[in-house]
Amino acid sequence: MALRSILVVGGGISGLTAAVEASEAGSEVYLVEKRPYLGGRVAQMNQYFPKLCPPNCGLEINFRRIKQNPRIRIFTLSEVEKIEGVEGNFTVTVKANPRYVNENCTACGKCAQVCPVQRENEFNYGLGKTPAIYKAHEFAFPLKYVIDDQACLGAECGKCLEACQYQAIELDMQAKSFKLNVGAIVWATGWGPYDAAKIDYYGYGRYENVVTNVIFERLASANGPTGGKLLRPSDGKEPESIAFIQCAGSRDENHLPYCSAVCCMASLKQATYVKALNPAAKVYMFYIDVRAMGKHEDFYTKVADDITLVKGKVGEVSEDPATKDLTLQVEDQLTGNIMRQKVDLVVLATGMVPATFDAKIPLSVSYDEDGFIASDSQQPGIYGAGCVKKPMDVASSVKDATAAALKAIQSTVRR
Amino acid sequence: MDKKTAVYICTGCGIGESLDTEALVKVATKEGKVPVCKTHGFFCGPEGLAQIKNDIENEGVNSVVIAACSSRVNYDVFDFGPAVLTERANIREQVTWTHKANDEDTQMMAEDNLRMSLAKIKHVEPLEPFQGENMVKTVLVVGGGLTGITAALEAAKTGYKTVLVEKNQALGGWLNGLHRLAPRKAPYTMPEEVDIADKIKELSLYPDLKVYTGAEIEEIAGAPGMFDVSIRQDSGISTERVGSVILATGAVPYDATKLQHLGYGKFANVITAQKLEELAGQGKIVRPGDGKEVQSIAFIQCAGSRDPEHLPYCSAVCCVESLKQATYLKEQNPEASVYIFYKDLRAPGEYERLYKKVQQDGAIFVRGDITGIDEDDEKNLIVRAQDVLTLSEISTESVDMVVLATGMVPTTAFGENPEAQTETESGDKAPAGEVILKSNLLNLAYRQGPELPTLKYGFSDSNFICFPYETRRTGIYAAGSVRAPMDEASSAEDAAGAAMKAIQCMELSDQGSAVHPRVWDLSFPEFAMQRCTQCKRCTVECPFGAINEDEKANPLPNPTRCRRCGVCMGACPERIISFKNYSVPMIGSMIKAIEVPDEDEEKPRILVFACENDAYPAVDMAGINGLRYNSWVRIIPVRCLGSINLVWIADTLSNGIDGILLLGCKHGDDYQCHFVKGSELAEYRLSKVSETLDRLSLESDRVRMEEVSIVDYDKIPAILDSFAERLEELGPNPYKGF
Repeated sequence: MALRSILVVGGGISGLTAAVEASEAGSEVYLVEKRPYLGGRVAQMNQYFPKLCPPNCGLEINFRRIKQNPRIRIFTLSEVEKIEGVEGNFTVTVKANPRYVNENCTACGKCAQVCPVQRENEFNYGLGKTPAIYKAHEFAFPLKYVIDDQACLGAECGKCLEACQYQAIELDMQAKSFKLNVGAIVWATGWGPYDAAKIDYYGYGRYENVVTNVIFERLASANGPTGGKLLRPSDGKEPESIAFIQCAGSRDENHLPYCSAVCCMASLKQATYVKALNPAAKVYMFYIDVRAMGKHEDFYTKVADDITLVKGKVGEVSEDPATKDLTLQVEDQLTGNIMRQKVDLVVLATGMVPATFDAKIPLSVSYDEDGFIASDSQQPGIYGAGCVKKPMDVASSVKDATAAALKAIQSTVRR
Repeated sequence: MDKKTAVYICTGCGIGESLDTEALVKVATKEGKVPVCKTHGFFCGPEGLAQIKNDIENEGVNSVVIAACSSRVNYDVFDFGPAVLTERANIREQVTWTHKANDEDTQMMAEDNLRMSLAKIKHVEPLEPFQGENMVKTVLVVGGGLTGITAALEAAKTGYKTVLVEKNQALGGWLNGLHRLAPRKAPYTMPEEVDIADKIKELSLYPDLKVYTGAEIEEIAGAPGMFDVSIRQDSGISTERVGSVILATGAVPYDATKLQHLGYGKFANVITAQKLEELAGQGKIVRPGDGKEVQSIAFIQCAGSRDPEHLPYCSAVCCVESLKQATYLKEQNPEASVYIFYKDLRAPGEYERLYKKVQQDGAIFVRGDITGIDEDDEKNLIVRAQDVLTLSEISTESVDMVVLATGMVPTTAFGENPEAQTETESGDKAPAGEVILKSNLLNLAYRQGPELPTLKYGFSDSNFICFPYETRRTGIYAAGSVRAPMDEASSAEDAAGAAMKAIQCMELSDQGSAVHPRVWDLSFPEFAMQRCTQCKRCTVECPFGAINEDEKANPLPNPTRCRRCGVCMGACPERIISFKNYSVPMIGSMIKAIEVPDEDEEKPRILVFACENDAYPAVDMAGINGLRYNSWVRIIPVRCLGSINLVWIADTLSNGIDGILLLGCKHGDDYQCHFVKGSELAEYRLSKVSETLDRLSLESDRVRMEEVSIVDYDKIPAILDSFAERLEELGPNPYKGF
């Protein structure tokens, strides 16, 4: 008989969904997440397209589904080290990295108030700082503090130990490895933004006011580094003109040959952030094709009225060193004319790279040349879900994860 | 149930430093007369929990009030099993963390929160899950195309009995007419063989999978776990009892005869994409009229799509389908001329590689709006277009054939529109009447209409991005192109996802549990029928069509269709509907538990009903962020604003409370209410309250509703404070002290 339990790797929207859906149908589920909290990249987003609703709303419901659910066990700060066995009977070695904070933590926050060191806030893609003992973000689930051991001064400092009334801090906590026996595995480790610094001619990393679409989500978020005010990094000025550059890395043989499928809608959505805060702001969107599939067309036509759409691939971005303003050079694909446009801020619509491009599943699984798990993965009992399979938006990821949950259950009932 | 209630007041997380916990103990023991009341600095820690567990095990405590943090946190820690009733009084996030320490008003607030919890737990009864009769775990799939076949196979593979019903004599649907499929695997450049025959064959491997072809659904009556299905096949009727239903009836191409401006029906060699599949399937692509081998072809994208005159939406697959069809011609003759007229070439994801391939093979892509199509003497066609950017006129050489990439229309978009039956007996128009066409697909014997409610353009899609299988008819899930325009790969995934939800619904219904979003909730509404006046409000307003009616207009509840939102409880003017752990008297007694100071004390009171999905967490978040707000506020969480019964408004005002604020989810087209129209109904009902207020000579400004989402916590102080200011202007509620 196959083992009835399921391992889900990745606690973003895909993994979270796969775990909750499988368990609500009766399966025992282990959910392993690398970060100290669940929610993954959607937790870092301000709004979803096309409804412009907050991702935290749906996450809250999913977290409640987990809280009430005795069949899910969560392991945060954990990674899969090894997978052995076959469909129906896998032995998985999981390494749990230390949080240095135990379950006694009440999230009262006294520790963070006394912590003397600051670290880069990776939740905000490096914009702003947090103490070395920190809560990943306001909606973090589980709502427990965590210590960044790279930044923490250790026992010599010990200020947080004194501040904590609940003996919740254990500076000597060690990484632990343990084994799980499961019948099936859902691999939902998600995606990362394409490294925009590789697109040399757009100046990301050199020009402060060239940001990426994922960073822009943080800039627009009320719980982001600017408190939801859109301010450009160089001088904190509210930008009067913003350019979105589509296909920054995508649909490009030198970078990502495929279309990342979500960036057009993401930029249109981000244009609404700008317009909501400053209706007079000029918004440009430079694109090859606007891919607003299905009913998203409605959103496109609505936003298109408020912004300037230019069909053309931006050739180069240059910076005025004095003002830090940016000038885009665009070749209009049809007329061949060169257009120059000066703006305050540039947002690169960088594409999606599957997490499996670098971090492969520790078992023989086939991938396509872009690192996506192949539709025929050649490994029964292991199922990709979400953006490790192909670039997709949130609704498609949830759909895909729900399907993957069923496939995983099938592996556990096969005789 | 004989309750022995214990109260545990936590003094940790700053509570002990900012509140007089001894006074709180007195509220519990003197006023509430609870036999056990304890304080501890760390109730969620091992020692604190041990005390509670000891009282449960050795002292006979079976109902517990924890006065500490919000119910949003430590949910698992304070779960003492189904035999122990647990209630949380929030004195951390919503008192200590949001209000001045050691302040009289803060203390009064904490005491009231405890009083409300004590009042509430008195009314809570242990839950007995609903058990239906002869419940089954069989999945019904309606539609035998790719989506339906896949859904049936997926359910069968998981070990569930399955019934598949297809209208045509042959299974396979749309795929039967296709020559090739767009590429689904690397290198993503070569169309693939149509493999539907293999899938059809696979169906026969599962003995518990029953297939009806040439069959239609005559009727589906009942509820999840207990649907009775009549299937008409030939002239006979078969019946099946099933647990859940998947609607997979797909879409049809947009009617090309409406596209005369593109020459369809006028010129013989203007054909649809569907027709080209047929021609390609017959071998060489030749013209239907004269049999001439096609050497040049023009594809016209968005033929009827992205067009306000026809289909305003994008049909999502036509660009890729045309790219695929371009390869047919190039395969036949690499020298053939291929033109593709488009607005935006939409080849998402890895389809980009197919696009690139077709470009490399020499197809000419023209971005422009079609201005006209002409036919020459040899029945060849000339396509004229205006370039979108340069506005210059472009035209093709004469081509042998023009292919219209027509879009897709869901099968749920057809059918007679019956008079929306939203009239209640009093003639009130309820808001958000859903349009349900008589599409002859499911033929539900539901009072609310025979099919799934649809969203825009007739697609039976979910309104929720994060919950694509959210459905407004419990246990019935749409999948594939009936839900949204989608390609084959997405349809197959969607089929598996819908099968997952269908199976889950049967498993949960079997345990008496609600489905999404209140899974694990074992409560369900009970109707005290002797007091029913047959007003139909509950049947009309239930967002999920859970309640039928008998011929005398008595409500006939279907607990397994119910989503436990309580909208019916809010709707009922006779207050005959209640849950064992959520009822009109329960909230009424919480309202009465609030101590209302005399007018001369100048301490107004504001009651907030907060939606527990979004608004209540938003208020908690204000606390987590250390924001401050008015301490006249008292908050009662509700399952949905739609569950608010208007009698609570009267109870509140007659108790001397000065104002009432409803905090709930956004409504309208992009509603965020997880019970579809709960917050909208609340607003509608509030509009009726003004009459009551007039009768009581009270200003209607005393009752207000605000939309908040979970991330609006930064706005909470302003919302509460501005309402308090307005109430100060209005002066005290004249009923104070009565």
